Amino acid sequence: MRALTRGLLGAVGFLVVWELFGRSGLVPLEYLPPPSVVAVELSKLLGDEPFLRDVVATVLALLIAVGLSIGIAVPLGLVLGSVPAVRHATRAVVEFLRPIPSVALIPLAIMVLGIGPEMKISLAVYAAVWPILFNTVYALDELDPLLVETARAFGAGRARVLLSVALPSALPFVLTGVRLAATTGLVVLVSVELLAGGSGGLGQFIMEARSGAGRMDLVLAGTVVAGVIGYLLNEGLERAQRRWVGWGSATGGRS
Amino acid sequence: MTAMLEVTGLGHTYQAKDGAHTAIADLSFRVGAGELVCVVGPSGCGKSTLLRTISGLIRPSKGEITLHGDEVRGVPDDLAVVFQDYSRSLFPWLTVQGNVEFPLRRGLSRAQRRTRAAEALEWVGLSAAARKHPWQLSGGMQQRVAIARALAYRPALLLMDEPFASVDAQTRFELEDLLLKVRAEHDTTVLVVTHDIDESVYLGDRVLVLSGSPASVVADLRVDLPARRDQVTTRESETFVALRAEVARLLNVGKPAEDVADRRRVDEHRVDEHRADERRADEHRAARWAEAERAETERAGLVAAHERDDLFSR
Repeated sequence: MRALTRGLLGAVGFLVVWELFGRSGLVPLEYLPPPSVVAVELSKLLGDEPFLRDVVATVLALLIAVGLSIGIAVPLGLVLGSVPAVRHATRAVVEFLRPIPSVALIPLAIMVLGIGPEMKISLAVYAAVWPILFNTVYALDELDPLLVETARAFGAGRARVLLSVALPSALPFVLTGVRLAATTGLVVLVSVELLAGGSGGLGQFIMEARSGAGRMDLVLAGTVVAGVIGYLLNEGLERAQRRWVGWGSATGGRS
Repeated sequence: MTAMLEVTGLGHTYQAKDGAHTAIADLSFRVGAGELVCVVGPSGCGKSTLLRTISGLIRPSKGEITLHGDEVRGVPDDLAVVFQDYSRSLFPWLTVQGNVEFPLRRGLSRAQRRTRAAEALEWVGLSAAARKHPWQLSGGMQQRVAIARALAYRPALLLMDEPFASVDAQTRFELEDLLLKVRAEHDTTVLVVTHDIDESVYLGDRVLVLSGSPASVVADLRVDLPARRDQVTTRESETFVALRAEVARLLNVGKPAEDVADRRRVDEHRVDEHRADERRADEHRAARWAEAERAETERAGLVAAHERDDLFSR
């Protein structure tokens, strides 16, 4: 509870500073509306169907993107982590692809996939795959040889060792990767929505509020919602991590 | 007595980047069905390597190992291993029950697996802990789980690698007696690798004394103690004291001169003083061996990391 109290204190402090700064006259009110104004707009928006539809569109796209990333990155990570030959062969390609910002791929993605939700989901997946992939590969490097020997001594074959020993032992790392991936995915989704538009979502809402009427209060309300989504996602995954793979930290050095 | 395990002309050399290291030169011995044989030798002499070749985890460079008549190529399916480091050999994400059930996949239904695991946990007195996770248990209890897991597998041969070296003395006595009990009840054939001279005599029907690296058999001693052993009276008995002295002396071969001189002087003193001195010498040796053992394990680990591919394949 103390952690919660402290967290709340921090949040309140942040809002107070924002409020004072917004009211100080250093920045025109319409550029940086104080939280009291944004909160009013936000409460109105929460009853506004088109806005809610945008929020759902973004959250849904994010969930799909994270799910796909897990489905791609974990099996790939298991292969790269357990077969050194494949890992060496792909290292150059991986190191080339990884630093490319998803946003830079927007034109290419629009050409290939059009402007629908597939496009933004694909770009989010592109960004979200890396942290999961690298965490999985790293986890296999850290895999205790004695666990593998134990399983093998009891007659476990390659597939069983991979699925029943390597995978569960990697799970704490993988979940950390998923947490990073979710945040990255959200950033990319909102950016793509904002830059490319076309398929709704929070980013597009923010973009339209800005370019149409210059309503910074709406822009900030949308931004706050994006922040809250990210926060909740991270918090939920952290809880899942503590609950499901608590042994990871309990045994020391495995988290 | 029919031979359960037969090791003939076994030798193993590790090939590493910085040259070859011969862990085992030439080893031959047999273990009869239902026997409990202790292998004791200076650490770093290749005991871990021996264990890994018998369990099929590594293929020896030369020689032959047969388990109830079948040559060991790859991991035999009726052999179980208990490692020293229980904290790393139990699966932390599985419950105690799950750990014990882990090896029981082949040909057993879910219900059968459950029954077998429950049974094995009862043998080691851990029925109450079935739903806990290993990291919630004490070290001694964790090693009991590892023993239960091995027993549930109903192995033809139970291999134990310094099984009680990582627990405190009190727990070690308990676990030694536990091993003797379950082994008597289930007629299991057991090969225990240890560097503890007292333990090898206390547990074994036979003690195999190995030489320093590269390992070969120095002596094969029959332990003429009654089958029912007791931590206090057995350890006091003349046979026990004489045997442990003999094993210690055999292990002393090739040790620095001051150790030998020490011993000669001790021989002229009274028996109990002799014992105290010997214990001190043992501890001294144990410390040195532990160091060498670490070096060997590290070497084996390096090789494993080197051939990471091998880690997963059979």
